Amino acid sequence: MSEAAALDTHAEGFHDELEPSLTPGNSGKLGMWIFLAGDAMTFGAGIAAYGALRWYNVNWPNPADWLGITLTAVMTFILICSSLTMVEALSGVQHGNMTKMRSFLGLTVLGGIVFLGCQAFEWHHLIWGEGLSIKTSLFSATFFILTGFHGCHVFGGVVYLGTLLLGSFGKQASEHEAKLVEVAGLYWHFVDLVWILIFTFVYLI
Amino acid sequence: MAAETAAAHAPHGAVEHHEEPNYIAVFIYLALLTAAELGVYGLGLPKTVMIGALVALALAKATLVAMYFMHLAMERKGLWIVAVTPLVIVAFCYLMLRPDLSRRSWASHQENVVVGHHEEPAEVLPQIPQGKALSNADQPADSQVGQPNAAPASGESAPAAAASPAAP
Repeated sequence: MSEAAALDTHAEGFHDELEPSLTPGNSGKLGMWIFLAGDAMTFGAGIAAYGALRWYNVNWPNPADWLGITLTAVMTFILICSSLTMVEALSGVQHGNMTKMRSFLGLTVLGGIVFLGCQAFEWHHLIWGEGLSIKTSLFSATFFILTGFHGCHVFGGVVYLGTLLLGSFGKQASEHEAKLVEVAGLYWHFVDLVWILIFTFVYLI
Repeated sequence: MAAETAAAHAPHGAVEHHEEPNYIAVFIYLALLTAAELGVYGLGLPKTVMIGALVALALAKATLVAMYFMHLAMERKGLWIVAVTPLVIVAFCYLMLRPDLSRRSWASHQENVVVGHHEEPAEVLPQIPQGKALSNADQPADSQVGQPNAAPASGESAPAAAASPAAP
């Protein structure tokens, strides 16, 4: 009995000896969390390097002189909206409503595509309009690396969620489907979370 | 024992179903915090205050996303270890970089030139531009703006000035 209590985290895992104790019933979720922890360190290293290079650097330009804050504020809002549609998609599949799941997953993918479109517009303006490149200055180098790495993540998310959406057609709502959507959602929210930080550190400050 | 365990625990369920948080409320908070960020940004507060407020708002938003959209608030507590470890490591990484980044490294970048110059014999004084050229090689162009000693040096100061990008 006391042993059972001590092994509390394993209690539900008797049917599967590989049950992860941190995320019972969904080993994919633990896998995604660990992946995201690694990814967070990569982003973190980028942001830390940016902060280190910028700190006390008197020649650092005011970001607002180069970057469009209004456009990026809209992009931030788009990503927040897509996070909302993502949790609504999860809520749909958890309640057995595949139509709701597909609609909101589609909206999430759409949000990602609009975000990428805005970013492409911004980069096009900066590169061909303002003549900035990754070699121009530390400011432009850190800007393109941080936003570019994040943009790659959004692109990856669009592909990931798009694949999930296409694969869901013809399937019934099931616990398995719900797990897939929840794990994909973790990734998408993480991308949103990182953008929140980039928006503040790179654009506003 | 298996029966005890089963009884002690929620009716079966490989998957723990959490109470669903109020997603719309979280979304509204996020939107309001974004609006607050733009408000703080537009107020024209002193720089330190503005940066502090913006970082606090961003961290609040990131926490909301992690806690409720990523369900960290509803997961087992052990998952916090996975979530917090990268933050600790990144903070460590940044703090390790900080000692090298006092004001001297940028604002008085000129010091580096002087230090290099001290090692040379006194009669080579006019060769300051060489020191500059050396420092140009390992420093980004945009850190060269406004070096007071550049002007009295010889013609070499012209290319240095040309190398720096147009000030925004």
